[in-house]
Amino acid sequence: QLSLFRFTVKRPFSTSHSSVDSKEMKKFQLLAHKWWDEEGEYAALHSMNDIRVPFIRDTLLSMSSNYHLGNPLSGIKILDVGCGGGLLSEPLGRLGASVTGIDPVEDNIRTADRHKSFDPVLAKRIQYKSSSLEEIVEESMETFDVIVASEVVEHVADLETFIKCCSQVLKPEGSLFVTTINKTQLSYVLGIVVAEKIRGIVPEGTHEWEKFVPPEELERLLESNGFSVKTVKGMLYNPLSGSWSWMESTSLNYAVHAVKSGARPQSHATDTPPETDIQQRRATAGTAG
Amino acid sequence: SSAAMAALRGRALLGPLGTRLRAGPRAPLRSAASAPPLYDVVVSGGGMVGSAMAAVLGHDIHFHDKKIALLEAGPRKDYDHMPDSYSNRVSSISPGSATVLSSCGAWDHVCSLRLKPFRRMQVWDACSEAMIVFEKDDLDDMGYIVENDVIMSALTKQLDAVADRVEVFYRSKAVGYTWPLPSHSCDTSPWVQVELADGRRLQTKLLIGADGHNSVVRKEAEIKNIEHQYDQSAVVATLHLSEATDNNVAWQRFLPTGPIALLPLSDTASSLVWSTSHDHASELLTMNEESFVDSINSAFWSNINHSNFIDTTGAMFRSAISLLKPSGTAVRQLPPSVAKVDPESRAMFPLGMGHATEYVQHRVALIGDAAHRVHPLAGQGVNLGFGDIACLAHHLSTAAFSGSDLGSLKHLLKFETERQRHNVSLIAATDVLKRLYSTTLAPLVLLRTWGLQATNALPPVKVRI
Repeated sequence: QLSLFRFTVKRPFSTSHSSVDSKEMKKFQLLAHKWWDEEGEYAALHSMNDIRVPFIRDTLLSMSSNYHLGNPLSGIKILDVGCGGGLLSEPLGRLGASVTGIDPVEDNIRTADRHKSFDPVLAKRIQYKSSSLEEIVEESMETFDVIVASEVVEHVADLETFIKCCSQVLKPEGSLFVTTINKTQLSYVLGIVVAEKIRGIVPEGTHEWEKFVPPEELERLLESNGFSVKTVKGMLYNPLSGSWSWMESTSLNYAVHAVKSGARPQSHATDTPPETDIQQRRATAGTAG
Repeated sequence: SSAAMAALRGRALLGPLGTRLRAGPRAPLRSAASAPPLYDVVVSGGGMVGSAMAAVLGHDIHFHDKKIALLEAGPRKDYDHMPDSYSNRVSSISPGSATVLSSCGAWDHVCSLRLKPFRRMQVWDACSEAMIVFEKDDLDDMGYIVENDVIMSALTKQLDAVADRVEVFYRSKAVGYTWPLPSHSCDTSPWVQVELADGRRLQTKLLIGADGHNSVVRKEAEIKNIEHQYDQSAVVATLHLSEATDNNVAWQRFLPTGPIALLPLSDTASSLVWSTSHDHASELLTMNEESFVDSINSAFWSNINHSNFIDTTGAMFRSAISLLKPSGTAVRQLPPSVAKVDPESRAMFPLGMGHATEYVQHRVALIGDAAHRVHPLAGQGVNLGFGDIACLAHHLSTAAFSGSDLGSLKHLLKFETERQRHNVSLIAATDVLKRLYSTTLAPLVLLRTWGLQATNALPPVKVRI
């Protein structure tokens, strides 16, 4: 359905809000001051930190050989796209990362800035900017080690543009983390009908089922835009306990870790004997796609 | 009482968070430049439990870059030179507590100073022959008797070792606390404000109250405390035995006036903990040393409180048990006899019981006697505190490694649930035992006699204790 408020200009590198949907912006504007109430409208996002922060942390630690457990993400530059009130930026900052949080809704940025200002360590480590992803591309080419787009891609107008921009601001072999909602009958029933209309777990109108992204489509878009998808994991919210857990099935919520391909093509070891070479090819064929 | 138990039993998980977020006096907003120094954790109270909490966090890898403060009202004590004579304040340290002290490197120091492991605990009734013996099957140590000064010396050393993370403020009594409003009101400081007696101020993301059974943190946080003063005082002293012995048994006899315990310090010395009426306690303190020693020996050896009735029925019960379960009656050992008391080592202090209805609030946690106070008859007091430390440190470590706000109720409530579940039954049981043993009425004596003998015969029950 076409709405007067929707911009869908598909110019990948324009400075307009081409991946930001302004109807979506309005929804979040109204709730800008509610971000930090752990028991309020954003309670489910607060408790999502219990699985998404360890997921990001452990993935990055497993890819690094030089870290200190007291400051595990020290030296890592992270872009938090659609940071909202800073719910995910702050834990990442506490773990030592330098975080840039961007969000098109100014009130969100204002809330995030005020909340971090009381902690001198966080105030230094995190910078917030009211902006869309496209607007920072030019000044941030290949700047970030990691991009986190959590609960964001189901709100963007043009997913492929969004992914292309991520690729541009990410360093080669940098990591992209996405959490979002699958487009299934189950996610309609549980994610919209129950979560919004019946249980009020998510404020009504937050999500539009049409914009939910199946993991296959996300993977396809990522792989065709220079990313290699490493991990896809299902997530499950338990409304009784208010807590999240991992699950096999991606039919509801899921998380993805993808890596931007490096500047040079991957080189294989030249001294592997023939038998193990075949095994290697068989193994990599099994994990591709 | 069962009403009290119900009140203690932890509140519903859904709902009461709102009541934990206090609407206290607002903390004035200051600019970043003039704001008091901000700590990640402030521990109020530098006794054994407070010092150990600070030391354990200071040695936690995930707290490597964090700032911790420990507030102690008294001066820094010199523990470098341990006197030859034993101190009269000792604690029975369980193996679990030894593990906690190990985790911050303090246990090695304790072992190199002095401690006495014991293998066996014999507990018996003055009114009957009933007895229960605790000992571990694998002949491991059941526990250790350690002077409190030795533990403090070890902890002070380990605090010095992490001075870059843990700042100890001596002669710094906290006189006031200001609580933050719930976090979604962004206009005022979200941290706890602490005011010291000399006017200095600190801010902290998490305040841990380890300030004893009259906890100021608990009172200022308006956490209800269920408390009861016993009509008893404990008399402590350092005793010298008549002859050197292996002395690896802890002895406790329940007299009608209260339990008397002899805790081994060395092959020739033991520590006394005698819980009795206030009047009797004062008498014990003022009488001359010979009479004092006589009273102790009489308390352990005399059968004056036996009645024929109890003895006969007790013997019948024992025969019944040995028919059903031949191994169910243990060998009774004889306690050592006392020759001398260390001059100046006699002291007394009043006893009571207490339990905080909540252990945590937004940005506040209580540990040790601030959360729970128990009668020494179970030898558990400080062990409960070390158990609190292990649990809270575990949850805080996980929270730190997940980048969480350390003062968040989410993980603090997990600590509270785990520890209340553990502590409440033990505190209640200790209270019941104390009352049960404070009488010579035949029915109750029989009940506890049979109970004690039955308990002695049943391995699973003994293991739980």
